[in-house]
Amino acid sequence: MNQLKKLLGLVWMALGPAAIIFLAGQAYEKTSLAAEGSERTNTALQWGIILFIFIPICAGLVIFGYYAVKGAYDRLPADSGEAS
Amino acid sequence: MSKSLPQSSILRVIGASSLGTLIEWYDFYIFGSLATIIGSQLFPEDAGASALINTLAIFAAGFIVRPFGALVFGRLGDLIGRKHTFLLTLVLMGGSTFLIGLIPSYKSIGYAAPILVLILRLVQGLALGGEYGGAATYVAEHAPSGKRGFFTSWIQTTATLGLFLSLGVIVISKNMIGSGAFADWGWRIPFLLSILLVGVSVYIRLRMHESPLFSKLKAEGKVAANPLKESFSKKTNFKMVLLALFGATMGQGVIWYTGQFYAQSFLENTCKLDFNVSRYILLWAIAFATPFFVVFGALSDRFGRKWIMLLGMLGGILLYRPIYQQFLDDTDVTTVSNSQVLEVSEPQTEIKPLGNSQQSLRMRKQVYHLASGMTYLKTETDTLKGGQSISAAQAVSYSDKTLPDGVFWKFVGLITLQVLFVTMVYGPIAAFLVELFPTRIRYTSMSLPYHIGNGVFGGLVPFIATLIASFPGATPLSGLWYPIGIAALSFVIGAVYLNNRQEENVND
Repeated sequence: MNQLKKLLGLVWMALGPAAIIFLAGQAYEKTSLAAEGSERTNTALQWGIILFIFIPICAGLVIFGYYAVKGAYDRLPADSGEAS
Repeated sequence: MSKSLPQSSILRVIGASSLGTLIEWYDFYIFGSLATIIGSQLFPEDAGASALINTLAIFAAGFIVRPFGALVFGRLGDLIGRKHTFLLTLVLMGGSTFLIGLIPSYKSIGYAAPILVLILRLVQGLALGGEYGGAATYVAEHAPSGKRGFFTSWIQTTATLGLFLSLGVIVISKNMIGSGAFADWGWRIPFLLSILLVGVSVYIRLRMHESPLFSKLKAEGKVAANPLKESFSKKTNFKMVLLALFGATMGQGVIWYTGQFYAQSFLENTCKLDFNVSRYILLWAIAFATPFFVVFGALSDRFGRKWIMLLGMLGGILLYRPIYQQFLDDTDVTTVSNSQVLEVSEPQTEIKPLGNSQQSLRMRKQVYHLASGMTYLKTETDTLKGGQSISAAQAVSYSDKTLPDGVFWKFVGLITLQVLFVTMVYGPIAAFLVELFPTRIRYTSMSLPYHIGNGVFGGLVPFIATLIASFPGATPLSGLWYPIGIAALSFVIGAVYLNNRQEENVND
């Protein structure tokens, strides 16, 4: 199981940047497709919000994957006090 | 802990915490439940679909700031105590909700209206970000070991009951004053009513005592000096924050908001059910399923939290598409034949000028009654110029659908099933989060993953799903790929990385 945790850690590390690239591509495409004027502003704003929120979360996924690769989740704390 | 606490004291703790949290959820959800009407009040009349999307954006903004509220109030809660912090969040929430009810419409003050609402919505989000973690921590720190899942599951019912209360108040207000008056000014009633509910809750919370574990920590001088730093700069704690987010709260959030929010939005906006019918369906489903929060909370004390939560996610992953396809099939009236129609009302024609142009819209409306018991409004629209139609073809739309009894209860059953998935993922999660983190930084540490999972991943379900469904080539079910994908990712991470432990003692 610990080997699987580490292997999947690589997947999470790759998934973070992949998600950011996908979202940025979608943002560019949808904003370009929107009609000029308020529709384009609205679309850009909506995608701006999505990128602003999800980029740090994707970075968190990369860190999670890194911890997994390094074996930080091989043994979880036995109680909450151990986590401090 | 607190084995010595009498049963009546524990019930008082649960009751007072739950009531306040329920009212905060009520305040938060009336906005979402009235998104369509508020959109028409806050944006220009011809804004159409963009008004709804913008309103959802404002709605989503309330969710997005929840993690920041978690940081601000979580830190306060770990520094000055649970009681005073969640008293403050309650006052902020109630005040901002009341003020939303007083904001003039776009017609009166122009774009100042949506801007003011956005500011108040942000305050609501911050307050909610601080509330839940405080209430869950407060109850958990009073609960005896072996019953933490059961006791905290009462807090877990409050989000759903808050939604139930908000829908109930909306439906009753609308029925009392009529649809026209409700769309015009009556939508403000649920917001204004909040001040009374918050007043009662503040009074009750003022009489509560501080959490015994926090009081002990304070007496011993062990309160965290910098809870944010301790929570997120120490790898041993931060790795658990990430695990809680990606392995549990992220999936839990999308299951919650799909089953209880997107479902209603889908029935109203995609299936075009009548306003009240879509809400009655959800009200019944919530009434049937809500007790199961407590059932699954209690079961998690016996069997562990992990697999109950993950099974709830799996249910959503496997069944959302068949369930929503059924909604579409049963409300499709485009293939109705003449032999199925019992009665058609006399056509009513409305003509609406199109801005300052010479053109106008002509809408011909007829109510159809089918032999099955279903009714719907058929609207044929074309564009006129100088009294002559210039449309290549008439646009036909169907709306205000009501369902035959059998289909109505089938829909109640399908939404109940979705809410059951919610009870599985959500019932045990407060106990699960409390047991991951130590007392001195518990409020901060558990609040952040909870509110990113629910506020960001969950709260954005209606917004992102609506956005995906509006893409070229998308089908009405395309929006479901967002919650299904997120829940599947969380399921895999949870299944592989989480353990099924329950902690005897959270006094650390």
